[in-house]
Amino acid sequence: MSLLQAQDVCLSLSARPVLQAVSVSAQGGEFIAVIGPNGAGKSTLLTVLAGLLAPDSGTVHLDAKPLAAYAPRDLARQRAYLPQNPRCDWPLPVERVVALGLTPGLPAFGGFPPADQLRIDAALQACDLQSRRQQPATTLSGGELARTMLARALVGDPAVLIVDEPIAGLDPRHALEAMRRLARLARDEQRLVIAAVHDLTLAMRYATRLWALRDGRLLADGPPATTLTAELLRELFDVAACVSGEGGSAYVDYV
Amino acid sequence: MSVSPRKRVVLAIAVLLALVMVSLLVGRVALPSNTLFTLWRSDADPLAVLIITELRLPRTVLALLVGAALGLSGAVLQGLTRNPLAEPGLLGVSSGAALGAVIAIHTGLSLVWPLATPLLGLAGAFGAALLTLTLGRGEGVLVLILAGAAVSGVMFAGTALALNLAPNPYAAYEISMWLMGSLADRSWDHVLLVAPFLVAGLLVLGGTGRALDALSLGEQQATSLGINLRSLRLQVLLGTALAVGAATAVAGAIGFIGLLAPHWVRPWVGHEPRRVLWPATVAGAALLLAADIGTRLLPFAQELKLGVLTVLVGTPFFVSLLLRLRRSAP
Repeated sequence: MSLLQAQDVCLSLSARPVLQAVSVSAQGGEFIAVIGPNGAGKSTLLTVLAGLLAPDSGTVHLDAKPLAAYAPRDLARQRAYLPQNPRCDWPLPVERVVALGLTPGLPAFGGFPPADQLRIDAALQACDLQSRRQQPATTLSGGELARTMLARALVGDPAVLIVDEPIAGLDPRHALEAMRRLARLARDEQRLVIAAVHDLTLAMRYATRLWALRDGRLLADGPPATTLTAELLRELFDVAACVSGEGGSAYVDYV
Repeated sequence: MSVSPRKRVVLAIAVLLALVMVSLLVGRVALPSNTLFTLWRSDADPLAVLIITELRLPRTVLALLVGAALGLSGAVLQGLTRNPLAEPGLLGVSSGAALGAVIAIHTGLSLVWPLATPLLGLAGAFGAALLTLTLGRGEGVLVLILAGAAVSGVMFAGTALALNLAPNPYAAYEISMWLMGSLADRSWDHVLLVAPFLVAGLLVLGGTGRALDALSLGEQQATSLGINLRSLRLQVLLGTALAVGAATAVAGAIGFIGLLAPHWVRPWVGHEPRRVLWPATVAGAALLLAADIGTRLLPFAQELKLGVLTVLVGTPFFVSLLLRLRRSAP
């Protein structure tokens, strides 16, 4: 089971401090929702945890080895990362987009190992995309594109899945489906899933843990039931909110 | 579109072979088609043998190599920028080569030694590539493209200046003629000079397929998949400097082939950047050879310049592709 640890991570972008002494730790089986207002540093934290951006100071370890010590391809085999609004610039068939997730395991030249086709089929099935196989990715609806990208991330069987705003722009049904899918990936397959989420109700219902960020600092870290309080919401977003219910029927409402 | 991949390869080879044969037979002196098959016999017409081996064969080889370089680099640059309008001149390399060659003509060096033109052209291409690399330091693709545009501008200004300050009308005429692009009167010396660069450039560019595929998901996703963008940029710039630099140095500025070739093959091979590379290479070679044959066949008092013909024929062809794209695009 994989273990991802960040210790005292600080990072400035264009002389503006974006992350300030953030320390977090997470392991396989957890589904972590990163919450916080716009500009809180959520996306930056995710890119640092994914090893795409090196922190100015502090360390990030995956399985006790610094991220910087991984060869990019080795790291790519263990963690998958999806940015905000991922898209494909060429009209590739869905199947080929998903296949791109296998890039780190492929030789520079030559064809596709037959075993990989099975993995692609499995990823397409896991994301309900069998009927979309040959459709150009540029013609997909938002929900289908999001599923395609998730399949692209899953096809390489990563232990760690880092997703930036997976449900942004999805309708309620697709958003629910996406959160369920991510929760299943953590619970049933023991992957570590870290996602930035703005829908607090869904975060509360499906995530096993919350990281609350504001102005580059970690304000709270814990299970949703005890962490997500009206007080935290006021502190995070400057809004009055009430949190009611628990577990699968919990919801967050703004006053 | 339903043609199987194997048949496509056979078809491509057949088309290339046919074009090569036509290219060897047509020109100022039209040769009967059986000349090709009696070339090595002792009773062959020595003049025909000379025309074919010393004039038309090097010209044909150059057309194939230059066309291949333009087609492949066009496909690679479209993949790198994820923009279907990218073309080989984007990194400033071809305008650098043009400036180098123009300096050779301007100074009269080319009159003393004909190979000075392609040689200075090569130097210009590498100078421009180095400048683009220095200006476009960093990681993103956009920076590199902007640096290429700046370098292109500077090199173009230099060329205009050389034309402006031409020592005599004859030099000005020579320069503007050279800028239109041509493969006329190229010898085996030209082939030997530029072929190593062209082939090396084709190999360097041909190795970018996997990274370009991943890049169709954007820079962040490509990086997360283990692609090193820095070395990809370097590989593309080096390959373009070698292939397009050498192509422009020997043939002058030839437009539209690099833009057109990838678009031409996509309906058959799909949009995956890697799968476009080699078909675009072959398409580029075939298109340029066909255009060169065209310059020799069209009945004008003076031979039509290759670069003029490619743009003349390429533009309507490109517009028709655009119209088709507009109909099929969502």
